[in-house]
Amino acid sequence: MRRLFKTDYMQDINLWRQQGAKFWYGLLVAAVLAIPAFAGEFYIGELAGLFIFAVAGVGLMLLTGYTGLVSLGHAAFLGIGGYTEAILLQRGVPFAVSLPAAAVVTGLAGVAIGLPTLRMSGLYLAIATLAFGSIIGTVLQKWDSLTGGFDGLPVKAPTLLGVDLSGPLGVYYMSFAVLLFVIFLVLNILRSPLGRALVAIRDSEVSAQSMGIHLAYYKTVAFGLSAAITGLAGALFAHYVRHLAPDAFDILLSIQLVTIVFVGGLGSLHGAIFGAMFMRLLPQAIALVRDDLPNWLGRMPGLEPSIFGLILVLCIMFEPMGINGRWRKLKAWFNEFPLHKASAFRRQKSYAKSERLR
Amino acid sequence: MNLFHVEDIGIRFGGIRAVEGVSFAVKRGEVFSIIGPNGAGKTTIFNLISRIYNPTTGRLFFEGQDITTIAPHRIAGLGIARTFQNIELFPNATLLQNLLIGRHCHAKVGLFAQLAFLPSVARAEVEHRKRAEEVIAFLGLQRHRDSLIANLPYGIRKVVELGRALCTEPKLLLLDEPSSGLNVEETVEMAFWIEDIKKDLGITVIMVEHDMKLVSAVSDRVMALNYGRILAMGTSAEVQSDPEVIRAYIGGEA
Repeated sequence: MRRLFKTDYMQDINLWRQQGAKFWYGLLVAAVLAIPAFAGEFYIGELAGLFIFAVAGVGLMLLTGYTGLVSLGHAAFLGIGGYTEAILLQRGVPFAVSLPAAAVVTGLAGVAIGLPTLRMSGLYLAIATLAFGSIIGTVLQKWDSLTGGFDGLPVKAPTLLGVDLSGPLGVYYMSFAVLLFVIFLVLNILRSPLGRALVAIRDSEVSAQSMGIHLAYYKTVAFGLSAAITGLAGALFAHYVRHLAPDAFDILLSIQLVTIVFVGGLGSLHGAIFGAMFMRLLPQAIALVRDDLPNWLGRMPGLEPSIFGLILVLCIMFEPMGINGRWRKLKAWFNEFPLHKASAFRRQKSYAKSERLR
Repeated sequence: MNLFHVEDIGIRFGGIRAVEGVSFAVKRGEVFSIIGPNGAGKTTIFNLISRIYNPTTGRLFFEGQDITTIAPHRIAGLGIARTFQNIELFPNATLLQNLLIGRHCHAKVGLFAQLAFLPSVARAEVEHRKRAEEVIAFLGLQRHRDSLIANLPYGIRKVVELGRALCTEPKLLLLDEPSSGLNVEETVEMAFWIEDIKKDLGITVIMVEHDMKLVSAVSDRVMALNYGRILAMGTSAEVQSDPEVIRAYIGGEA
């Protein structure tokens, strides 16, 4: 059993809560940096894809997991980020400028969708963002002169300080660096007044407001930041696929992103990473075992979506905290080892909430 | 000297006149209680003061300033904090985080400074933490500091909500039924805290309450409402012996 002894307020503010964490996360980063030395090109590519989806997952987690606003249109932000990156590179803008520019443009698009939907929440917001997603999808298809329409848009190789980053190795390190950056950014948000304001809006709008939190401002900021982070993922995605096609950014991609945050575990950054791992590794796992399954099952059309759907339903029914919830329970079990209480994570019954004021 | 006063306030929801023609003034440093049967408009008055509702008629003044049309999120910054009848804490945050959200109206750091978590933000955070710790010590919440609100019992949550309101460093504190759902000992404890808030912290309190024992123990003045109108106003004893008030509570010949 381990108990943390706190002697300084900074201990609750620092990124590292304990010395052990620094060591283990450092080891993880070192391992990720070293993987390309012995892994094949295919696996490097797959891992880069995982990092890109983790970036997008972190972006959506900020909005859905921490602010409590559901978005079914996040594929559009991925698309805006990707196309902005491709178009800017095509016009000769250097990569060091185009990547932040993609984030800024997508962030502004996020503010643009955030403002008209300020008074919406839950299902209504989901529908509004869904509509926004399909509008952007149509724009990407029809605006031939800018996006190349159905022919798509080739993405120029990114170069940074004279180094070509277009190969799988370049995309791998680039995506990992961006992932570390956005995790750092969101951790900063969460430990400052901004992050607490977002959580307050998620948990109770009426008391957030009476504590002096300007709902409209913070919801718009949440949309903007979430979109900007997702736009970064989109720019990386453009380099990952090397040729953008408008039909990549459809409702299915949006639902995949929502699945990442739900299966990973709402309201945790670990959850976004776990969710991305689940989302990217499950198809590979299915492909691996497919040949060993009986023919009627292994060759069944739609096997993959059904398994995704089944896991999403099981997850919502039995583990609403997602993979991260499981992970925390496992950690608590080891932490408390001989004294573990089965009831520690039992959900309390919720008390009556006061009548909604609007 | 009046800290806060209301002039002829009224609100209508469709055909229902929830509050009508209510005027009262609260002096600096007093505990002012609002009592009345269910549906008398007590909480509605609180929602009018915290600007969640827009009044149909009348005006609200705080420290001489007209606050009738001020945006709801600016109320806390002016120095008016409130609690809610059925607890509106942030259940998936820790007790400490809840108190720190109470410090929000004092947060002065810019958006981009927060994204980069500049040293100035860290210093401000430590400052907020110190203030939150003072409230934790005042209310004796030390052992629950890092617990999620969802895991705390009802009685503690009530105290946390009081603490969160105190974290905003209010001049005027609105308590909506501070004793509802509390047992006898917890109610006595609440009475002591309200006394301390008034005497030690010098905060003016407006309280909506049904427990007459608590009301008589802590209030300087009491206002009784029924059907959105004032029935009586005065000391606790005066109001309780007022024939109109007795009729409203236990009935009588019309």
